[in-house]
Formats: sequence, C-alpha cells, structure tokens
Amino acid sequence: MANIIKIRNISKEYNMGVEIVHALRDVSLDIDKNEHVAIMGPSGSGKSTLMNILGCLDTPTKGLYEFNGLNVSKMNDNELARIRNKEIGFVFQTFNLLSRSDALHNVELPLIYAGVSSGERKRRAKEALEQVGLGDRVTHKPNELSGGQRQRVAVARALVTRPSIILADEPTGNLDSKSGDDILNLFRELHEQGNTIIVVTHEKYVAEHSRRIISIKDGLVESDVEIENSRVPNGMREELTA
Amino acid sequence: MLFFYEIREGIRIAFQAIRANKMRSVLTTVGVVIGIVSVTLMGTALEGMNRAFDESIESIGADVLYVEKFPWMGGGDWWTYRNRPDIRMEHATALERYATVPQAVSPSAMAMSRMSFRERSVDGVYISGTTHRYMEFTGTDLLYGRFMTQAESESGRPVTVLGSEVAENLFNVENPLGQTVKINNQSFRVIGVLERQGSFLGLFSLDNQALIPMNRFLRMYGHRRNITIEVKAGSLELIEETKEEIRGIMRRERRLEPWEEDNFAINQQEMLTSTFAGISAVIGGVGFFITGLALFVGGIGIMNITFVSVSERTKEIGIRKSLGAPKRSILLQFLMESGFICLLGGIIAIIIAYPLSLIIDQVIPTAMPVSIVIIALIISFTVGIVSGFMPAYRASRLDPVEAIRHE
Ligand SMILES: Nc1ncnc2c1ncn2[C@@H]1O[C@H](COP(=O)(O)OP(=O)(O)OP(=O)(O)O)[C@@H](O)[C@H]1O
Ligand SMILES: [Mg+2]
Repeated sequence: MANIIKIRNISKEYNMGVEIVHALRDVSLDIDKNEHVAIMGPSGSGKSTLMNILGCLDTPTKGLYEFNGLNVSKMNDNELARIRNKEIGFVFQTFNLLSRSDALHNVELPLIYAGVSSGERKRRAKEALEQVGLGDRVTHKPNELSGGQRQRVAVARALVTRPSIILADEPTGNLDSKSGDDILNLFRELHEQGNTIIVVTHEKYVAEHSRRIISIKDGLVESDVEIENSRVPNGMREELTA
Repeated sequence: MLFFYEIREGIRIAFQAIRANKMRSVLTTVGVVIGIVSVTLMGTALEGMNRAFDESIESIGADVLYVEKFPWMGGGDWWTYRNRPDIRMEHATALERYATVPQAVSPSAMAMSRMSFRERSVDGVYISGTTHRYMEFTGTDLLYGRFMTQAESESGRPVTVLGSEVAENLFNVENPLGQTVKINNQSFRVIGVLERQGSFLGLFSLDNQALIPMNRFLRMYGHRRNITIEVKAGSLELIEETKEEIRGIMRRERRLEPWEEDNFAINQQEMLTSTFAGISAVIGGVGFFITGLALFVGGIGIMNITFVSVSERTKEIGIRKSLGAPKRSILLQFLMESGFICLLGGIIAIIIAYPLSLIIDQVIPTAMPVSIVIIALIISFTVGIVSGFMPAYRASRLDPVEAIRHE
C-alpha cells in the first residue's frame, strides 16, 4: 500500500531560554492511504506538536518528513500553505470557525484559496454540508449552531477539498458524549468511503474507534498497534462483517 | 483567477470588518477626511482661477504684443519711463507699413466719458479708439450689427460699437442699432453690439466700453496723446520674431543709436501669465502642505487601527492559514481593509467638500472638477494601502500554530 506519510527521526525542540523543551524526540512513523489512526497519549506528551507537523502547520527541528513522496521538510511557507490547502483537512478541538461567516462560507473558505469558481464552490460546500447532515443549516452562523453542529461544519470544511488526509486534534474534547459519538461515527463513515483519518486524543474510548493506535509519551512513540475489534456501533458492525 | 478570488474575498472581509466597527472606522478616517477635503477644495479653487484666467487671456488674445511707454512688470525707475517720448499714431502707421511678420497692427487708446441716449445717461464708460482690425484682436463676437469698416475707420466716421453692459444700461430692451448716442456731447450712430465678455481677472469690465474709430478718438481727445499699439503675431510661435521686428522698426523710427536703450516697452500676456503662475503656486503650495500633513497624520491613524485589527483577528489569520491561505492572501485582506476604510474617508470628504466648493464658487466662478474627485478617491485608497502595509505584512508573516492558539 502507498505510504502517504513517512517521517524519520523527527524532533521538535522549543528553546525557552533557560531550558530546551523536547516536545518530540526521534519519532519515526509510516501511515498508509486509507488508514484510520489514533495518536494517543497523556497531556503534554507531544500529540498536538506531532499533528501540527503532520499537517504542515509547523516544521520539525530535525528529521525527514515525506508527504506523498514530497520532501516537506524542505518546503517554504507558501509551498506548505499549498499542501495544507490541497492535501490536508483539519478538525480542531475548538472548531475554529469564522464567527462572522455562515456555515456555507466557512466551508467554502479552503476552496477560495484553491482558486475554485464561486458557483462550483457553493455547490461543493453545500454537498459537504449535506454529507455531514447539515443541509438545512447552510445559512446559520456558528453562534446559531450547537457544539456538535459546529464540529460537523468543521468536518465539512475539512472534507470539501477532498484532501489526502483528515487530521483531527481532540475533535470530541468540547462535545458531550452523544455529539462526540456522532463525530466519531462520521469519521468512521468517511474512512469507509476511502479517506485517510488521523485523530489525536488522550481518551482511550475515542482512540478505540480507529484501527490503529499510536501511543506517545514524553515525545517518544511508546507503542503502535493495529486493533481488530474497534468500537463499532451495533448496527454498523453487522454491515461491516456482512 | 485565484488572485481574483482572493481579492474578492479580501473586499468581502474588509466590508464585514468595517460594518462590524462602523464608529471606529469613521473616526479613524478623520485625518484622511481633512486631507481630502483640502485637496479637493484646492483643486476646485485652482480650477476656478485657471478658468477665469483662460477666459481673460482669450478675450484679449495670448499672441498679442503691446507697444507702450510703460512696461507692465519688472520694477525700474518710474521717472525714466515717465520721461520717455509718447507712443503716437505715426509709430502705428510705420509698424503697419514695415512689419512683415505680424498678422495685424492696430492702435488703441482709452478714455473715460459720459454717454447718453435721449434722457438716459451713464458715467464712466471706457471709450476705446481702435481701427477696423479690432475684431482680429479679440476672442469675442458681435452680438448683433456689424463692426466699423475700413473706410469708417480711416475717415473717422462717428460710429460706435457698444459693449454689452453699456448697451443694456442705455437701451434696456430697445434695439440700439441705428440709434444715435452722445459721447462727450458728440453724436455717434450705433452700428453693433459686442457679446458679453466678462471682466478681465475681475479688474475692469470689457463690457463697459464703447469702441469708436481711432481717428475720431484723437480728434475728440487730442492728437498729442500717448497711445498703445497692439500687434497680433498670429500665433504663439511667432511672438519672439514679431517682437524683434517691431523693436527694430521702433528703434529706427525713434532714431536710437545702437548703444542707446529702448525708450519704449513691448508688453505681452506672458508677464501676466507668470504672475498668475506665481499665485497658483502659492495656493498649490499651501494646499499641498495642509493636504500632506493631514494625510500623514491620517495615515498614522490608519496604520494604528490596522495593527489593532490584526491583533484582534490573530486567530482568524491562523484559521485561514491552516486552510491554506498563502501570505499574499492575508496581506491582501488587510490592505483591502485599510484601503477601503480610507476610501470611505475619501467619500465622506467629498460629501463635505462639495457644499464648500459652492461657497468658493461665490468668489471665483468654478465647479468641482470630476478629475479632482477621481484623483481624491485614488489618493485616499493609496494612503490606506501604504499605511496599512506594515501591519498587513506583519499579519501575513504570523506563525500559523501560534496564531490559531491565540484567543
Ligand atoms: N510554542 C511552544 N513553546 C514552548 N513549549 C511548547 C510549545 N508548544 C508545545 N510546547 C511543549 O511541548 C510539549 C508538548 O506539547 P503538546 O501541545 O504537543 O502536548 P499535547 O500532547 O498536545 O497535550 P494536550 O493533550 O494537553 O493537548 C509540552 O511540554 C509543551 O509545554
Ligand atoms: Mg494537544
């Protein structure tokens, strides 16, 4: 299977003057197309740092990062922006929607930077909102939506460019368990449709919705295991096994 | 295409931001408003001056030289000029006979007299002695009637062509043509009326004159009289050549030795033009200074508010960057915002300046030129772009991870 992400001996250090914080130490990983991965670990272990590097928002201090065979560690800011726009969809814990814009415009946003024409943008943004079950909330602003709905808008925004991977950092962290489950099930559906999904979490329950769990601690990979019996809702389990 | 979408998104964000902070946006533009009001009013005033000047020059003719006793400008000893011999008809005759370059030569002289028609009379009318060539020297036309013929001019027939104001004052609504008027108690037949010319730079009115043949004028007011000889070069390019030729003829007539200075002056509009240019430069300079100062202060205000806007929206910048917005796009977004805030200021300024221009219109007839409105709007947008650049550049360079974590 094709490697979509290949990192080798990646380190990230923050120079705090008196001491150097090692957020990541010598991390190496491969993630294939159409995987559903959870990155798990306690608070401060370096999960978000790793995710920002994987998402090309940040660059490592040392090490090699190849994305789809391209050497990302050598890229400049604008090339990284292009990769983020075309290849990566982010979902954040705090949703990070533009509060002054309605759901449709929020979802349209990455397509603007991709140079898609206005009509096409609207069509695709609507389609993505329908896909996450918000076809009837297109003109709502974020403060007119519930937390779970906001996160679904964010997922629609991540999907709309048809990226190579979807990266989610604590996507359920600000949601009640019902809305959280909805989001996790949505990810599962997207995975089944062929998307590559990486979820960062410190909750075992959340991690268990994926097929592979990478545990990190103090900036090091502690374990990396495939799981067979991921938490599949009862109704869906039958579909899957059928 | 991409660039176009980014600009459109930039404009959309700009209007959203201005709408969200209406009061702040308007207050920020005060400096720009003052600057733009000043630049439009200055432009309007200069437009009025130019118009007045062009009209005056046109009605007299820009390619006309005036042979006179006194120079128009340029200091010198008044007594020297005073003691010069008078300019006489024989000089005009000589110039007419010998000069080959100029298109026309015409003597002229002026006196002030009372004029009357039946029981009506007006004082202080300029009585101008001239010849049949007068019409070649002026930019104005006859309103009705005809001008004096060569025969009438040479024989000094008692005919007169009236300025529009004189005709109005004496005849009101009656037809003046063919009527007999009295100038200094001598009878003249009215053969024509000139169309309205307006006043020369507001100094004296060309409409308050009556033209009569020069030969008649000299008989009435005395032959030994200092006159002016008007020489029309025919075009601006021929002015210098004409000047040289008539200077030579005058010196010969006056029998001046090569070492002697001219004892006459050859005047031309250019001298007026340069005085006028001086006045314009002063208005322009003062206006430019006020405008510059106000726009500078205004620009600093815009820069400040853009810094505020950038720091308020750091998180938004982070979000946009995470979605793939390149630096250029963030830069554009804030440049559009500061540009449009200033443009708003420019529009407010024009709304304020327009009624003020109507007040200027009372002093110097003028109208706010469309070009100055366009220039003012371009200037205000440019001020916005320039002063927004530093904060916008800084915004574009923000680190996405830090920006997105900002609250
Ligand atoms: N900008 C920064 N400057 C200095 N240190 C940083 C910075 N960002 C992260 N760190 C440090 O790097 C380490 C890893 O941080 P990171 O945010 O990746 O943790 P995390 O696993 O996402 O934790 P959490 O579950 O609480 O979100 C922490 O010790 C943190 O203090
Ligand atoms: Mg984190």
